[in-house]
Amino acid sequence: MFDLDRWGEIFQAISKNKLRTVLTGFTVAFAILLFTLLFGIGNGLQNTFKSQFKDGAENAVYIMPGRTTKAYKGNQIDKRIQLKNGDYKAILHKYEDKIEYISSRVYKGVRAIYKSEVGNYTVRAVNPNHQFIEKSIIIKGRFLNQFDLNKKAKVLAIGRLVEKDLFGKHSALNKFITLNGINYKVIGVFKDVGGDWEERVINMPISTAQGIFGNNDHLDQIVLTYNPAMDINQSLSFTNNLLKFLKKKHQISPKDQSGIRVKNVAKDKKDVNNFMNVLNFIILFIGFGTLIAGIIGISNIMIFVVKERTKELGIRKALGAKPKAIIGMILQESILITALAGYVGLMLGMAILNWFGPALKSFFIKDPSVSRGVVIGATIILIIAGAIAGYVPAKRAARVKPIEALNAN
Amino acid sequence: MIKLNNLHKSYPIGKKDFLHVLKGIDLHIKEGEFVSIMGSSGSGKSTLLNIVGLLDHHDEGDYFLNDKKIEKLNESKAAGLRNKFLGFVFQSFNLISYKTALENVALPLYYSGVSRKERQIIALEYLDKVGLKDWAKHLPNELSGGQKQRVAIARALVTKPKVVLADEPTGALDSTTTDSVMELLKDINKEGMTVFVITHEEEVAAQTKRIVRLKDGRIISDELTGN
Repeated sequence: MFDLDRWGEIFQAISKNKLRTVLTGFTVAFAILLFTLLFGIGNGLQNTFKSQFKDGAENAVYIMPGRTTKAYKGNQIDKRIQLKNGDYKAILHKYEDKIEYISSRVYKGVRAIYKSEVGNYTVRAVNPNHQFIEKSIIIKGRFLNQFDLNKKAKVLAIGRLVEKDLFGKHSALNKFITLNGINYKVIGVFKDVGGDWEERVINMPISTAQGIFGNNDHLDQIVLTYNPAMDINQSLSFTNNLLKFLKKKHQISPKDQSGIRVKNVAKDKKDVNNFMNVLNFIILFIGFGTLIAGIIGISNIMIFVVKERTKELGIRKALGAKPKAIIGMILQESILITALAGYVGLMLGMAILNWFGPALKSFFIKDPSVSRGVVIGATIILIIAGAIAGYVPAKRAARVKPIEALNAN
Repeated sequence: MIKLNNLHKSYPIGKKDFLHVLKGIDLHIKEGEFVSIMGSSGSGKSTLLNIVGLLDHHDEGDYFLNDKKIEKLNESKAAGLRNKFLGFVFQSFNLISYKTALENVALPLYYSGVSRKERQIIALEYLDKVGLKDWAKHLPNELSGGQKQRVAIARALVTKPKVVLADEPTGALDSTTTDSVMELLKDINKEGMTVFVITHEEEVAAQTKRIVRLKDGRIISDELTGN
């Protein structure tokens, strides 16, 4: 294979027939360009979806109350459903073995003041385990604990950006912030990969919030993570049961879709994964389709090239070229053109993805790119493709009879 | 060197018919001879050259090249024998258009496995022999007809074959260049090379040492010219 002289022969044949070579390579270059772009965009879409699931645990379940859309058991339509501490306790009691972590949530918009700095933030009052459900990462101090809850302590765990906004370069730890006129002590700062919004949240003990904001036992949401020992189907049957249980408890029609909702993130993720798999399949299908079209294109042109070079091949044979040498020459030329053209397409595609990638963010395409594995795979495919494309023409070239070739004009 | 006994060759025409081109040729050419085959078109002289040149198979009879019987040759073996024993000179030169004179001459050496460096040296030596050393880097379309044919002759000689087969070597040349090409072939013959020329020109045949006349696939005369 690595015969320097033969490479010399091929390079000479190619460089002396530039137009022919360019035309031959064009189809494959174009096919690979399309393939790269499609693949990159597919990856970009996937990245977008992935980043949306980065926030919070993968096995998180959200319980969100709403308003009923059906009258049921003497209850009027459009009844507002209110979660209470009782629900939290009932769920924990009934499904203890199926739950990993559980936390209530109460939301409240607040105006926060530290010295001369003022900002509007969302307070999210939670239980201590919320840290693991939301995947908040403590970078200073500590998160809320059960002791804070029991004491209804006026303490806060604030997001990284809250600290940055209000304290600048100084540490917020053990300082006091005023929220709606009441002072709270900062006991921890956390970061979150879920994005800026998550890092502008202020966490407070749920009991403290219930006492100060409403003096009641109301909850806005309950979040939990299911026992990771369960597989996706088990988790789905668990959340379905949970939904039935809550509907019964709040006297909501079993057919009512909006009285209360239980959102299983794992299911959403599975749905998205299925969707991505279909999308990837389509991309691969189109990509391979164009590649095959490119291969046929090269094969076609190589057959024409063999025909055009019949006389030359005849001369070579008369001078002592064995069929093997002729086959090798045509095959190698085909592989070289395919690989080179393919690489041009690949590089062009990657360059385009690099240039226009950032501009595509608003179309849900994040960091469209092609991995190294794909590049290596593409190289191998291109070499095989070149060999396939060259096979028929090479066989044909080997069958050329020297006399007929020499008589051909 | 070349020995033909009762050689037959026919070509199929359509599905049933055959054209019987060579009808029993007996010919013996010894080493160092300078033979011309003469005949009008259709006499079978080109077919004879193709068979002698291992570019085509014969149907019947025996063919001995360099005392070796030629039979059941596959393409690969035929190519090897052509490279080793035969040098071709064609009417239409048959140089490869995108290769320089030097590269054209060096090509047979590539197929016999000579190293690149050596190829260059030997090819240049043979170009010098035909008086075209200064034209080594020129492409065929930059050469005159006579120069092209001399490049082709250098190419035919470069592997030191046993026989040079020339198919109408002067057919595409004017009379002056015809003479110079014939002089070159004579010189080669003087050095001991067996030369086998096919022509329909009396003047060309007259410059060889032996004339074999072909008509309708049979030899009708075989005489020495006394050159």
